[in-house]
Amino acid sequence: MKVLLDRLAPLALGLVGLALWEGLTRLYAVPVYVLPGPLLIAQTLWQDGASLLGALWITLRITGLALLAATLGGLFLAVVMAQSRLIERSLFPYAVIAQVTPVVAIAPLIIIWADNTTLALVICAWIVAFFPIVAATMTGLNAAEKNLRDLFRLYGAGRWQTLRLLRAPAALPYFLTGLRVSGGLSLVGAVVAEFVAGTGGAETGLAFRILESGYRLQIPRLFAALALLAGAGIAIYVALDLLSRLALRRWHDTALKDRG
Amino acid sequence: MSAASPLLRLQGVTHLYGGGKGRTLLALDGVSLDVGHGDFLSLLGPSGCGKSTLLRLIAGLEAPTGGAIAWPDGKPAPGDIGFVFQEPTLMPWASVIDNVRLPLRLTGRGAPPADLQAALDLVGLRDFATSYPRELSGGMKMRAALARALVTRPRLLLLDEPFAALDEITRFRLNEDLLRIWRERRCTVIFVTHSVFEATFLSQRVAVMSPRPGRIVAEEPIDLPALRVSELRTDAAYSAICRKLSDRLALAMGSEIGGEAP
Repeated sequence: MKVLLDRLAPLALGLVGLALWEGLTRLYAVPVYVLPGPLLIAQTLWQDGASLLGALWITLRITGLALLAATLGGLFLAVVMAQSRLIERSLFPYAVIAQVTPVVAIAPLIIIWADNTTLALVICAWIVAFFPIVAATMTGLNAAEKNLRDLFRLYGAGRWQTLRLLRAPAALPYFLTGLRVSGGLSLVGAVVAEFVAGTGGAETGLAFRILESGYRLQIPRLFAALALLAGAGIAIYVALDLLSRLALRRWHDTALKDRG
Repeated sequence: MSAASPLLRLQGVTHLYGGGKGRTLLALDGVSLDVGHGDFLSLLGPSGCGKSTLLRLIAGLEAPTGGAIAWPDGKPAPGDIGFVFQEPTLMPWASVIDNVRLPLRLTGRGAPPADLQAALDLVGLRDFATSYPRELSGGMKMRAALARALVTRPRLLLLDEPFAALDEITRFRLNEDLLRIWRERRCTVIFVTHSVFEATFLSQRVAVMSPRPGRIVAEEPIDLPALRVSELRTDAAYSAICRKLSDRLALAMGSEIGGEAP
């Protein structure tokens, strides 16, 4: 019963919010080009669904490629940096610089440099997404219990053995946390990059549809695209959360249903 | 003690920890000790007396800053020494059997399944081979750690207050199991503890250590029957030895409290 209530409460709150929204827009007769009601948005989503889903697919493809690149690149960087204090000290500042430089500011350059738009967009999204994986994995690689590290030394374990059998498994929960953050950031990065890229030729993602709808004052369509984007973000989070629960199911406290 | 060469000989072992900004900490000061083959030696002392440090030096995890540790029969190879820490220190992502198998994998020994099974049997974990550490009680985790230390059939077993965090009933049972393992495996054991009763019950010999800097202030042979059972805990001879060791320990502690302010 309590579990059911836990699940239903956010849903109920959402429905009440939507109902209020619909009611108020009707009551005050708010023009649709300022704020359309949720029913109109749903209707638009239904009508333009095919075209918007096509755009969503393009955005998701860039998101997926960026997340893949962020995962591979982030893991590689973290493992390299975890090899020695000197390497970490030399490389880490540049990872931070890449992270703190707003991607909107560097995107135009990358679009000029990269051969095709898709590649440019993936690079932009990757820059936004890779840092959490690097930072979290690095923390994890150094998180193995000191006594366990001593045990590996006692048995004369080599660097590779220690990485494979101790540091990598110890880093897994940290990496998965980073991955969940990066998943959301990949989508943000892809959308921001699409905004900067503007037209982007024949294949246009969801961000461009939002821009376009804004210019044409098709505000219900803008909201529909926004709803799809939010849905995609939630889906990515849920998928990665599920993945991390499956991966840690046997051994990690955070994966347990009853945390007590 | 026999005249035969010991398994290991500590000669004036001194260890200085270098703190930051020129601060140093003298953990051990001139520890000399022989450990014979098949000995069961306890290092008894208050916390912070350097007994754990001494164990780490013997294991080769750290090098002493002064003195020497000699191995008359040759330096131990990886797998010749088993180590059990205060905490079970198991890999949470691996099952009990994979945890126990670890030393065999790391030392690259062809893992005979019989050895692996024997180690589990020895600690009574046969039925928990596929369990994960988080599914085990504290005592069972410690048993798994013990099996892991035994799986390479080490010549020397180093135990650093392994049962300190367990409840008394579990601790007593593990004490008896440890003695049985020691008899069956005929290995040498160095056991670190701050419990007079535990040291007396387990050991053939007890070395009492003073608070920091750690020195050995007394060495007492424990003249009790070789086969020790739980009834011994209420035996008069046992109590007498406990009392004697307590006095030695109090003497070592008193010298510090009288000597310098904390």
